[in-house]
Amino acid sequence: MTERKLLTERGFSFKRFFLQWEWLLVLIFLLIHIINSFLSPYYLNVGTFVRTPMTFLDKSFLVLPMTLVIILGNIDISVGSTVALSSVVMATAYNAGISMPVAMLICLATATFCGLFNGLILVRFKELPAMIVTLATLTLYRGIAYIILEDQASGNFPDWFSFLGWGSVLGIPFMLIIFIICAVAFGFLLHKTTFGRIVYGMGSNKKTCLYSGIRTDKILLWVSILTGLMAGFTALFLTSRMGSTRPNVAQNYELEVIAMVVLGGVSTAGGKGRIGGPILAIFIIGFLSYGLGLVNISAQILLIIIGTLLITSVMVLNMRISGKRKRSGFGSHEVGKNLTR
Amino acid sequence: MDNYILELRGVSKTFPGVRALDNVRFDLRPGEIHSIMGENGAGKSTFIKIITGVYIPDEGEMLFNGKPVTIQGTNDSQKLGIAAIYQHVTSYPDLSVTENIFIGHEIISKRTKRLLWNQMHAKAKDLLEQLGASFDPKIRMGTLSVAQQQIVEIAKALSVHAKVIIMDEPTAALSNRESEELYRITKKLRDDGVAVIFISHRMEDFERLADRVTVLRDAQYIGTWDKEEMDHDRLVMAMVGREITQMFPKREVTIKKEIFRVEGLGRHGVFKDISFTLHQGEILALTGLVGAGRTEVCESIYGITPFDEGSLWLNGKHITIGHPHEALAKGIGYLPEDRLGQGLILDWELYKNVTLPVLDKFSQNGVLDTHSERERTKEIIELLAVKATSVFDKAATLSGGNQQKLIVAKLLTADLKVIILDEPTKGVDVGAKTAIFNIMGDLAQRGYGIIMVSSEMVEVLGVSDRTVVMKEGRIAAIFETAKTTQEQILRAALGTSEEGLDA
Amino acid sequence: MLNLRRNLLLRAERFRDFGLLVFIIVLSLVIQVRNPTFLTLSNINTLLVNASILSILAVGMMMVLIIRGIDLSIGSTIALSGMVSALTVSLYPTIHPVLSILEGVLVGAVVGTIIGLLVSKFNVLPIIATMGMMNIVRGLTFLVSGGKWISAYQMSVPFKKIATGSILGINTLIFIAVVIYIIFYYFINHTRTGRQIYAVGSNPEAAKVSGIPKTRIIWMVYIFMGALAGLAGVLWVSRFASAQGDTAVGYEMGVIAACVLGGISLAGGSGKISGLILGVILFGILNNALPLINVSPFWQQGIQGAVILAAIIINVLVKRSNERMALRHRVV
Repeated sequence: MTERKLLTERGFSFKRFFLQWEWLLVLIFLLIHIINSFLSPYYLNVGTFVRTPMTFLDKSFLVLPMTLVIILGNIDISVGSTVALSSVVMATAYNAGISMPVAMLICLATATFCGLFNGLILVRFKELPAMIVTLATLTLYRGIAYIILEDQASGNFPDWFSFLGWGSVLGIPFMLIIFIICAVAFGFLLHKTTFGRIVYGMGSNKKTCLYSGIRTDKILLWVSILTGLMAGFTALFLTSRMGSTRPNVAQNYELEVIAMVVLGGVSTAGGKGRIGGPILAIFIIGFLSYGLGLVNISAQILLIIIGTLLITSVMVLNMRISGKRKRSGFGSHEVGKNLTR
Repeated sequence: MDNYILELRGVSKTFPGVRALDNVRFDLRPGEIHSIMGENGAGKSTFIKIITGVYIPDEGEMLFNGKPVTIQGTNDSQKLGIAAIYQHVTSYPDLSVTENIFIGHEIISKRTKRLLWNQMHAKAKDLLEQLGASFDPKIRMGTLSVAQQQIVEIAKALSVHAKVIIMDEPTAALSNRESEELYRITKKLRDDGVAVIFISHRMEDFERLADRVTVLRDAQYIGTWDKEEMDHDRLVMAMVGREITQMFPKREVTIKKEIFRVEGLGRHGVFKDISFTLHQGEILALTGLVGAGRTEVCESIYGITPFDEGSLWLNGKHITIGHPHEALAKGIGYLPEDRLGQGLILDWELYKNVTLPVLDKFSQNGVLDTHSERERTKEIIELLAVKATSVFDKAATLSGGNQQKLIVAKLLTADLKVIILDEPTKGVDVGAKTAIFNIMGDLAQRGYGIIMVSSEMVEVLGVSDRTVVMKEGRIAAIFETAKTTQEQILRAALGTSEEGLDA
Repeated sequence: MLNLRRNLLLRAERFRDFGLLVFIIVLSLVIQVRNPTFLTLSNINTLLVNASILSILAVGMMMVLIIRGIDLSIGSTIALSGMVSALTVSLYPTIHPVLSILEGVLVGAVVGTIIGLLVSKFNVLPIIATMGMMNIVRGLTFLVSGGKWISAYQMSVPFKKIATGSILGINTLIFIAVVIYIIFYYFINHTRTGRQIYAVGSNPEAAKVSGIPKTRIIWMVYIFMGALAGLAGVLWVSRFASAQGDTAVGYEMGVIAACVLGGISLAGGSGKISGLILGVILFGILNNALPLINVSPFWQQGIQGAVILAAIIINVLVKRSNERMALRHRVV
């Protein structure tokens, strides 16, 4: 028996609380608002905060499952193509005479199937890295979208469909409400359930999970399905906002989404990060681009900024993790671990 | 006095929280085979890494041909003519044998800097022939067997005219015939004046090869002896440090009915005809040389890699297992050999590690109940006397022995009947070993059936009720442990006898 | 028994190239039957000219894949280097074409240097680093051009001649591609540094221990990739006589597809120039022949995706059956 009593509760630690990545994000977030309000005298009002998110929230639905994907130690770069394909399929179905609600379901089903297909390949062919598989399906899905619509646009949706992307309930954008519901659901899933615990576990050490009797394939499949489903949501909202669709919509969404997740403090090495960070990052990048729009800076600069943000946050996170390893001592044992058996 | 090619004095190395080498000395004569022996975790591998420059020692000095040298990296040791033969890492599976031999010192044309392939292939063929190997140096390294790859590594050492060659557990994955071949080559190297450092814990290697032996124990230097001065018992004493019998708890076990049976298990190219029974309250040792297929058998039983033929019987009922979760659900648990890579999630808190196999028990409709997780973890790690301050400690902060207990704790949260422990004492200090054996004894007494995979003969003899010996993928013999000797087991493992009683 | 196992593995490896060759021949014959203009000298010339830019990039991508990396930024690098060289030509029409090429190569090499630095020194995952750079470089392209196009009339005749002229009776693009292939064939097979690329990809851990400058090799490979993309950018702009902000968007996918078809392992360490040539030719045929047999150009991307997916899956299946066979033949 141990002499000391083993602790099963731990108290509140100021250090632990304030040393969280999210505080940095909150700071950046506030900074952007301060700058924006200097740039435009009309910036600071409630309307801005409520309405602006509508301009960038569509892709945010992808940030939620991508957080899971990256914590799992994988990556999915096919999400933009999934959005395009499901949007194109929906438009085509509607214009072929299928009723809009059914077309919307078809949209969600298409996207979910795309995710499932990625997942099945990953599970059946474990030798293949997720990056390569999703690179192939990225080309494939968008290719199918082109086959369906060629370079045409398709739309003529019923009027009520625009409510999804433009409408409000009690002054709050419908999209924002749905996003908050999804965000809470994903937060709960990731942080409160066995599913979430296992996602972290697989990201840290997949072998250990397998040896502990975890059905790792099942988890991987579900994460892929969720990713597809959320791509379907993005497709719905994006199409609603644009009023019509073409095969080249949602180009480069994967980059922006991954950038948000990484900026949110989720390590690309897997196993680390929380849902709150990426959600903050959505609003940081969203309001940043809104601010740039205020001063008429072109969308191209935004590309540069997002690219830079992605790379620098990965670098900073890498250094943070390796610094922690050094301090806590482990990791040094692993130097040349493979040298001897 | 003696003419030493390599001398180390007072070498120490500390990693955070671990004294890996403590004031160790060592000397090596040209043209001798010097065996370094010690149990797992005694510091052998740290010691080699210091000689080869992978680690830089904190204290101590090193002399090469009588002159002090500092080795700051692998380049430095290579320049001195020190070559090391590890089992895997230094080879490049996608490159040709020739390239593997000449990597880092390719023959290039002085004028154009072009690689002279023809010369290299010819030289490689020459070197291989010297070593009695006949394969074509142009083929890919990845297509060779482990034994052949080791010959390539030796050829590589010869190609740089190495004066000191370190072999790290070279026979571990070799068959008998291949080991013989390696003995022959090693002796030839010695006769050509090369100094060989031979690391192994196989007694056979020591008896057949060594001129001298240095023993390390718990990171400390124990002594150096000529081979003639050392017999088997004294060597074991030096390695273990006290009478062996003390380590093992005496236990009273009445072996009851059969609990688990394996019939004719086989996997293509890996193992075949594996049959044994396990009784309630019994500790069954599964032993044999490394590479005999023991871990593979266990992993197949546990559902990691499927077997191709044979059947499993639990409590007299035929069962099928396709995945570890099915094994756990049916009551079979497995403690993997690779503690860090397969057993634990190092940057996770203790309680998360402990409950990982049975998360369903600590959740309602998929929602975690962390409070009961922590309470249960507390109970169970107190039971196993894991040294920790709180259930929030990271698994990485525990010592090897405590980490191993933590994995046992993981198994105990599940509702098991059969527990398979793969090398449970590997890399664990002596005190922790005793603790682990005590735990095993307790578990057996509580009616679990236990299968223990182990390479340590002493341990097999001290702990188990019966011993299954495997050799090259087949069962070589099954013994009643109390009625057998180390020699008998060893002979069965090496294939020099067919004796043993049937189960 | 060991010999048998070895022979099986060897045979499977050789069979891959051979099988690909047979497939290319059969495919060509089938297309020829559908459209007799396929195997004419002029169409073959067109095919090769079209494939040449891709083939130059494929050499770089092969090296990147060998060291277990990936580069998604090359489409953007093509655009930037093309834009910069085209801008220079439009401002100084007298500039020598060789200088234009060097300028493009330099721009590409700078991009490659940054990526290499991020990957080798700062341990940023290649996909993240190159995805980030893809956008930064694309943004820069729009910035330097101010969002405008450089069109044919703004380019000097010698500049346009880079792609349309010929050397020794061979189209310059094909000529440059052949020269690049000879140089890199020699480099990766007959120099120490070239072989070290394979060593790093085959076993990065061992590379560190056996004194191979892993960081420098990785860095170098990304610089080569960037420089080749820079070269391709100038050739592209010269060939199409137009430089735009969205030049070569998504072109990296085609390059990676050609590499995958050529049997370059995505797990790193292996891949040969001979296989790569076959992969590039097969890819070129697919692109060239689809319009000839009346397949809509909008099918191209879909077919490309399906082909990449099929190729990587077939590679895995072949490898698995080899291993299984090897195990079957091992006697326990």
